[in-house]
Amino acid sequence: MADRKVKAKSFQEWMEINIWGLLFFLGMALAVGGLVEIVPLFFMKNTMEHNQFPEIVWAKAGVEPIVTVDGAGKQVWNWQPGEGVRPYTALELAGRDIYQREGCYLCHSQMVRPFRDEKERYGHYSLASESMFDHPMQWGSKRTGPDLARVGGKYSDDWHRQHLRRPQDLVPESVMPAYPWLDDSYISGKRMRRHMSGLRLIGVPYADADIEKAPEVVRGKTEMDALVTYLQVLGTMAKLDEAKAYRE
Amino acid sequence: MESGLEQKYNFDVVRWFTVMAAVYLVVGASVGVYIASELAWPFLNFDSPYISFGRLRPVHTNAVIFAFGGCTLMATAFYTVQRTCGVRLWSDKLAWFVFWGWNTVILLAVITLPLGLTESKEYAELEWPIDILIAVVWLSFTFNFIMTIAVRKTSHIYVSNWFFLGMMVMIVYLHVVNSLAIPVGLFKSYSLFSGVQDAMIQWWWGHNAVGFYLTAGFLGIMYYFVPKQAGRPIYSYRLSVIHFWALMFGYVWLGAHHLQYTALPDWTGSLGAAVSIAMIIPSWGGAVNGMMTLSGAWDRLRTDYVLRFLIMALAFYAMSTFEGPVMALKTVNALSHYTDWTIGHVHSGALGWVAGISIGAIYHLMPRLFHTEMYSERLVNFHFWTATIGTVVYIVAMWVSGIMQGLMWRAYDEYGTLAYTFVESVDAMHPYYAMRAIGGGIFLTGAIVMLFNVLMTVRKSAADGSLVRARNVPVPA
Repeated sequence: MADRKVKAKSFQEWMEINIWGLLFFLGMALAVGGLVEIVPLFFMKNTMEHNQFPEIVWAKAGVEPIVTVDGAGKQVWNWQPGEGVRPYTALELAGRDIYQREGCYLCHSQMVRPFRDEKERYGHYSLASESMFDHPMQWGSKRTGPDLARVGGKYSDDWHRQHLRRPQDLVPESVMPAYPWLDDSYISGKRMRRHMSGLRLIGVPYADADIEKAPEVVRGKTEMDALVTYLQVLGTMAKLDEAKAYRE
Repeated sequence: MESGLEQKYNFDVVRWFTVMAAVYLVVGASVGVYIASELAWPFLNFDSPYISFGRLRPVHTNAVIFAFGGCTLMATAFYTVQRTCGVRLWSDKLAWFVFWGWNTVILLAVITLPLGLTESKEYAELEWPIDILIAVVWLSFTFNFIMTIAVRKTSHIYVSNWFFLGMMVMIVYLHVVNSLAIPVGLFKSYSLFSGVQDAMIQWWWGHNAVGFYLTAGFLGIMYYFVPKQAGRPIYSYRLSVIHFWALMFGYVWLGAHHLQYTALPDWTGSLGAAVSIAMIIPSWGGAVNGMMTLSGAWDRLRTDYVLRFLIMALAFYAMSTFEGPVMALKTVNALSHYTDWTIGHVHSGALGWVAGISIGAIYHLMPRLFHTEMYSERLVNFHFWTATIGTVVYIVAMWVSGIMQGLMWRAYDEYGTLAYTFVESVDAMHPYYAMRAIGGGIFLTGAIVMLFNVLMTVRKSAADGSLVRARNVPVPA
């Protein structure tokens, strides 16, 4: 241990002979970038467009249930497409769970960029507020297949079912895998209740009835039904006005 | 060889990690070649949920980054810290816990991911119980490493260890924050964060996994194994100090460049792009420092195949750390984002730099750990050429397909409408997907040859009894 007694000739050398000092300053240096880029996003108002344009978010989230099922088994909606961004219904959430499970985000993005060609191909550029209830976000990082941020309403339910069962039947050049097993399983109401309760705990504004009625909303629905329902809602929640500059 | 090294140091755990690294490279690259083939020939999905592209891709990324990369980092970190500090690992028990714990994480990954149990965050797919295990194992790894340094015999902490430490501390920050989630089932959870905040946190994680796990850690490896293999000191101490701190401080900011022109605020993306460009300097500082260590001894590359891997890796490192910042610029990113160019860039770094340095380190370690010559020097050279050629074929395929995709998506015809449907761009990709699978296959061939060479070397050592003899060398009084 004799050569441990060294007098440091500089701050750098002090850190080189003092592991705790090195660790401390390393810890400090490493924290800065993350703090600067992440923390402001939680506090700066103009990060979320609904702070300046409140009409793009549904005001009744958490107050009224999004959808319930009446005595006759018919769905009763309190929200209409275009009324604003809202949490996912039990069935849509089940579909999103499947989207995550199958790794759809690995080939499909959900983030339209503010370019002329993307506007023509996909629609209005995506707003931050539109994915505010997505835990985790599904913005994606690759387009082996097309962007899905505004795929809702572009194809019929039947098209989606056939496409998911065997993509090449509808798109011969497709490299997408087939998902025939989605027809084979049913959605569990109990599980969706648990999932929605967990999401509410971390801030997603579900009304009590949204969670209580979840089993009725998903009764008799297959995984295929759920995934198609999820895909059909994408991009349809907020009605975006071409004249407004949502982002600078 | 100095006498008594096997008694003084714990090389057992290094041996096990080194062999596992060679195994996992074959596993990870095999899955990679398979999923690449699925994109070229989709029938290979066989309508099976367990091997569909979407479920297998995370198996590939976890296998190559955490299984292969992780075992390489753990083998080399435990080896380097002991040799440069002149002391045995602070705790043998903790080191073995890290070995078994890490391999348990890998096993759990291979089981849960094809079952679709995923958090669906890139490079952080493993569900919450496994996240907890990762945290415990990683903290044990870090603590053992730090304590070994704390009880070192040498006065100064060698530069390799600064880089390993930077990686270890940053991964603790990243893993803890990015993995925050609410469990809603035994293997199901939802990220605590959502939308744009989640996106920034995810790519703060994603890019720093590259910058610290795959770069800083492997620079730590480079700083030990290049001078050792070359038999010459590192070119410049001053350069190592400057580029170390620049990287530690600067790299962290780069994550935002994954989100250019998305719903991330403009200012964040601009910061990410600006600092990304600035990072060219410290990155090249590292490449220069490593390469110039060979100054006056370049002819060694004629005969030293291990050195070939290390220096070629540094060349790919320099190339990738130029390409990356260029792709981080908003104008370039507008074309490259979502295309195969990103994949090409990833693999030039992963195959060229990360695998290159790892393989060089593994071949350097094998004779020293098993006290015998490598089973076949010629196979090391064969591996070098397959690794290099395979890598180049892969990235060229992706450069062409990526830029082609980007251009096709934004192309207009003379009537002012989009020139191509999306599916036309998919169709155009096919030959490049095939070429990429072939390039990966060539790389995989080299990896298989390495595993064979490694196992035959172990066998040779066992037959010779050289390891047993080394363990029994009397320690000087």
